[in-house]
Amino acid sequence: MPDPFAARGYARPEVLVSSEWLAEHLGDPEVRVVESNEDPLVYPSGHLPGAVEIDWLRDLNDPLRREMLDGERFARLMSGHGVSPATTVVLYGDQNNWWACYAFWILQLFGHARARVLDGGRLKWLREGRTVTREVPSYAPADYPVPRRDDSRIRAFRAQVFDQIAAGWPLVDVRSPEEYRGERLHMPGYPNEGALRGGHIPGARNVPWARAVDAETGEFLPAAALARLYLEEQGLKRGDEIIAYCRIGERSSHTWFVLTYLLGFPRVRNYDGSWTEWGNLVGAPIER
Amino acid sequence: MPRSSAEAALPPRLLELIETLDGLDRGERVEALISFAERFREVPERVARRPFPEARRVPGCESQAFVWSEERAEGGLDFHFAVENPQGISARALAVILADTLSGERPEAIAAVPAEVVERIFGPELSTGKSLGLAGMLQSVQREARRGAVRSGG
Repeated sequence: MPDPFAARGYARPEVLVSSEWLAEHLGDPEVRVVESNEDPLVYPSGHLPGAVEIDWLRDLNDPLRREMLDGERFARLMSGHGVSPATTVVLYGDQNNWWACYAFWILQLFGHARARVLDGGRLKWLREGRTVTREVPSYAPADYPVPRRDDSRIRAFRAQVFDQIAAGWPLVDVRSPEEYRGERLHMPGYPNEGALRGGHIPGARNVPWARAVDAETGEFLPAAALARLYLEEQGLKRGDEIIAYCRIGERSSHTWFVLTYLLGFPRVRNYDGSWTEWGNLVGAPIER
Repeated sequence: MPRSSAEAALPPRLLELIETLDGLDRGERVEALISFAERFREVPERVARRPFPEARRVPGCESQAFVWSEERAEGGLDFHFAVENPQGISARALAVILADTLSGERPEAIAAVPAEVVERIFGPELSTGKSLGLAGMLQSVQREARRGAVRSGG
């Protein structure tokens, strides 16, 4: 089968799989297909045959603190889906793979190198008329040793954001222009889920995350188009230390994925505290 | 669960639906909501055709929802929706629920429905972004109801 990504010029094309490739590997015991969505009704309404669901809130977050799951919970989650460290996990989802990339980022925090993203996500699979099912599979537990979560390489905390500002290194705000300009903070009636102040982190460039995707096909843009967007239009350089952020770090994991794997930027971190931390932080500098 | 005063003021069909959903476990609620989504029928052509006007778009809704109202001969409004995102299952479910439970209701009763109703319908697991878009659908219906009241001199 020809490699559909060779012509797109990605730095690390091996992190993507095509719908054709996945259709041929749905029953492959060394591959586990994982759906991760924004809309909680999407997976139960129909998913790829054999796919399990990982929910960003129930499965990937600490139930009490604002924190990712720890190594023990991660190992239980993977084991429960029949995933071992040797299993290739293929992630896909709704909203142009936004939550799939968030799950991918968390898998990388735990060092699960065998992770892939289905180019085009659910949208492309459905538009190609491929099979979906409402049958929820179960798998025999696999052995998954408890890993250590490494927050040092691809995750940023607020102290590092202050350092980033002081050093003049680039920040990428991937929210909508309205959020970036501080015109929209939270939904009426849900003030606790928003931020007390609107705007953006000083110096941050605004590149809404979905600009990296072809809106019609759901596929990632070719590397040349991504380079025009991030290098030429925004002036980012491959050697830059870059921090991406959004509201809670989910949309920015999509941009982290694009910059790291498709454009080959070596030092990109995702600030998952994002605006819900920064916009509530006493004394933090803000621009509008 | 005893009704709060705010809940008791909800339009009766909406209150009944919320109380029914409250009695379901998570899996049953999901199935019930998917059933609503499967009943979704797009805005009839007599009301609107593509391309839908931007003025009808629900602000902040990733599912690209659009809302219209149509006056009933006997008074009150029917609500119609379009959801352009083929993956907008929750948006379709909410469209059916709003059309079923708020069509024909008094504008003041519709305007008084609190945004928290979205969470009561879908449960606490929605992302804020998703909640924003779905609450935007409710707010668009409320805006239509207020306009309808002005048109009819109510």
